[in-house]
Amino acid sequence: MLDLTYEAPKPKTIAGAKHDWELVIGLEVHAQISSKAKLFSGASTEFGAEPNSNVSFIDAAMPGMLPVINEYCVEQAVRTGLGLNAQINLWSAFDRKNYFYPDLPQGYQISQLYHPIVGEGEVLVDIAPGVARLVRIERIHIEQDAGKSIHDMDPNMSFVDLNRTGVALMEIVSRPDIRGPEEAAAFVTKLRQIMRYLGTCDGNMQSGSLRADVNLSICRPGAYEKYQETQDFSHLGTRCEIKNMNSMRFIQQAIEVEARRQIAIVEAGGEVEQETRLFDPDKGETRSMRSKEEAHDYRYFPDPDLLPLELEQAWVDEIKASLPELPDAKKARFMGDYGLTEYDASVLTADVESAAYFEAVAKGRDGKMAANWVINELFGRLRKESHPIAESPVSPAQLGGIIDLIQKGDISGKIAKDLFEIVYTDGGDPAQIVVDRGMKQVTDTGAIEAAVDKIIAENPAQVAKAKDNPRLAGWFVGQVMKATGGKANPKVVNQLVSQKLAE
Amino acid sequence: MMDELNKLSLAEARDALKRGDVTSVELTESCLGAIEGSGALNAFVHKTPEIAMERARAADERLQTGDAPAMCGLPIGIKDLFCTKGVPGQAGSRILQGFVPEYESTVTQNLADAGAVMLGKLNMDEFAMGSSNETSVYGNAVNPWRRSGDDAQLTPGGSSGGSAAAVAADLCLAATGTDTGGSIRQPAAFTGTVGVKPTYGRCSRWGIVAFACSLDQAGPMTKSVRDSAIMLGAMAGHDPKDSTSADLAVPDFEGMLTGDIKGKTIGIPREYRMEGMPAEIEKLWSDGADMLRDAGAKIVDISLPHTKYALPVYYVLAPAEASSNLARYDGVRYGHRAKLAQGDGINEMYEKTRAEGFGHEVQRRAMIGTYVLSAGFYDAYYNRARKVRTLIKRDFETVFADGVDAILAPATPSAAFGLGEMKDADPVQMYLNDVFTVTVNLAGLPGVTVPTGLDGQGLPLGLQVIGRPWEEGEMLNAAFALERAAGFVAKPEKWW
Repeated sequence: MLDLTYEAPKPKTIAGAKHDWELVIGLEVHAQISSKAKLFSGASTEFGAEPNSNVSFIDAAMPGMLPVINEYCVEQAVRTGLGLNAQINLWSAFDRKNYFYPDLPQGYQISQLYHPIVGEGEVLVDIAPGVARLVRIERIHIEQDAGKSIHDMDPNMSFVDLNRTGVALMEIVSRPDIRGPEEAAAFVTKLRQIMRYLGTCDGNMQSGSLRADVNLSICRPGAYEKYQETQDFSHLGTRCEIKNMNSMRFIQQAIEVEARRQIAIVEAGGEVEQETRLFDPDKGETRSMRSKEEAHDYRYFPDPDLLPLELEQAWVDEIKASLPELPDAKKARFMGDYGLTEYDASVLTADVESAAYFEAVAKGRDGKMAANWVINELFGRLRKESHPIAESPVSPAQLGGIIDLIQKGDISGKIAKDLFEIVYTDGGDPAQIVVDRGMKQVTDTGAIEAAVDKIIAENPAQVAKAKDNPRLAGWFVGQVMKATGGKANPKVVNQLVSQKLAE
Repeated sequence: MMDELNKLSLAEARDALKRGDVTSVELTESCLGAIEGSGALNAFVHKTPEIAMERARAADERLQTGDAPAMCGLPIGIKDLFCTKGVPGQAGSRILQGFVPEYESTVTQNLADAGAVMLGKLNMDEFAMGSSNETSVYGNAVNPWRRSGDDAQLTPGGSSGGSAAAVAADLCLAATGTDTGGSIRQPAAFTGTVGVKPTYGRCSRWGIVAFACSLDQAGPMTKSVRDSAIMLGAMAGHDPKDSTSADLAVPDFEGMLTGDIKGKTIGIPREYRMEGMPAEIEKLWSDGADMLRDAGAKIVDISLPHTKYALPVYYVLAPAEASSNLARYDGVRYGHRAKLAQGDGINEMYEKTRAEGFGHEVQRRAMIGTYVLSAGFYDAYYNRARKVRTLIKRDFETVFADGVDAILAPATPSAAFGLGEMKDADPVQMYLNDVFTVTVNLAGLPGVTVPTGLDGQGLPLGLQVIGRPWEEGEMLNAAFALERAAGFVAKPEKWW
């Protein structure tokens, strides 16, 4: 496997009225664990169900109800931790985070403040070929999601939907290692990619499976490096937390506008107040949700209804052994084994299905050629119709068949594209289609030579020009291809044309 | 048919049922009759005669086929803290007005599976917070005992006061209780009955309205130690729905009642000899030790040095957990919701609902709990209390490791006091009732109180036997020996 080295990207700089400013960003990503049942109750987690239909007595916090941990969810959190090269804490515990809200029936969220299940890890966030940011993970803990309050259905009443209540979330907390809006989005993208590889979170931001809180402060160039040396936060500015963003675009926009807001305050001689803010994408601004003074006192304490979570190393090892190949390793392997560029390898390893598709096509064939066909032809075509790879009408065997026909010299690259289109729309065995439709290319030198001679004889003026300018040979090749219905072997045509013109 | 079947113990009734001398229907009717005439005791707050008769008939059928489980056909009362399907349950609180659970607590289900007949729900302090039953929304239950020559109404204790009063007055053969800081043992002691707080985790907490999760345990309240052994066996057992329930087999507790405690070591904790302890209590205690010694046990002085911190620790930890457990009573989904004024928002709804729904003692504890968990106070109160709790537990572990099999202590600092007597007292005075009982909850140990004598005014007094964790059988056997030696047979004179 290739050992790839990366350069760290330059931090984003924003020019203020007086100075340049840098951004310091930490993210808290809430990832819904892919699980059929909720974290502490047997209720279903199905998205889009009738309001209040996926609610058990436990979720509704009926008197006397008790939580029981869903072991599957614990396993997914451990898998995620292992996927992020993180410390797995064999001893962790649940705490109650107390606050009143109608969509929080218990009056507390069961979370893990003091002893999270996953400790420090790291994620390599790819920015561009050869450029990546190593972002440290501080912790991952498991917690319950809240329900949904609906305030816009009735002028006088609010409604509550408890379907989400108690759904298992992983909160993945990064260190303040992210230095710009694009990096923030790239970080979330990378987390999502890894979790999808692991199967621990579907990463669907539209349905709320993945949401992010952004902690952002600004600093003058050079200050961040001092923080890095000392881990002393006093080198950094006061941070604000922007809550609950559910799209990559919003994350970037929110960071951009919040950074500018903070810069304007500081440059005007003011001080940024530590507070929680909300991003309003319609107005393109962040708004104060609550200040430090109004901050909730969550009165965290160990949940006495739940025993500490004690894991066995052997169980963790078993999970570790079952991990799939992860994106970084797969990318390096594709580059090493198939000679792909980092860019192509990144595209092909973006998701497991694409990577698997590519490998099926590349098996026993030229890797680069397979990559070109998968990326340019197949992905291009799928994108046109917004089809995911899983719904590709062309199977790896079919695409492989097309490539084989090119390799054997049965068809030209151009014919192959026509063939691909036929297979894409009508299906069928590529080799059979070539036979049935007479698409096989002419490699008979005699026939091609006759065609070349004919074109040369018919176009003396062009011949004269081509003698002075050899680049015009292409025109003759084109004419010959046209005359042979594209079936002439272009290599042979090229060869003959330059030969004859040189005579 | 025998007279006054309601006066039978569980064991007597069980044996009579097995012999065919009585039917469950007869027993149940006898209890329902006794309940009918017991309004003055205010013990039963919700009667379920239809359920009772239905189960009694079913039990009689099972008895006839010879398929009679441990509690088959035995009529009992259920503390209002247990959720029982289709039967109103309010935990003694206004905030749960109109609440009818759609589920059955594991303990009451276990009892039903063992053939027990439910007569109704029993009075209790609101959310089990109280030592006199006076915080109940239903008004207090009344102790069937009176001081000799005095009509003053006495407390049955709390929080399982309705259960204690009902058992002592023979309204049922036995009752369930729950014990967070003494709520089974103190009322049992006040009413001349036997009450068991099992090892934490022995009985499932599922379906029991939570007061303080790390302390709450359900247990039996009965007329004899044997009855407690029978009933505890039926209540206990591992429950996957309660993560803190122990996955341990339930021994045959009744089978362990041999009365033979020869060679057993019984510890007398010197720290329980409190300053100002009434001479009567002190004598009761030393008499109890003598009885156990006479039965062949070795009596040793032991030290539980952190005992003096138990009460303050308890009154930090229990309210802390309670403040969080009570958050769900917000008027949103069930129970009481205050009438709101135009323009009131969610905060007004919470405030008004909870102000109206919770009584003063519950409000006090919710506020204490909120305070001790709040930022800046957490370490000084909650966390420190947790650490001291560990030390209290270690005290017990040390003496058990030194060979002590059980510990003998008083159950309460006094006999039952008068209702209303503590009305104007500092709340801490009321909390002092728990001084001998809270250590057991903090350490997660089993404890049982047994009536062993009467005070000068003719009121029952009890002693407490504290056992090793999971050794309820051995603990009950020591209590059984004590019960036999004490020969306590007094009953309250019927005045209600």
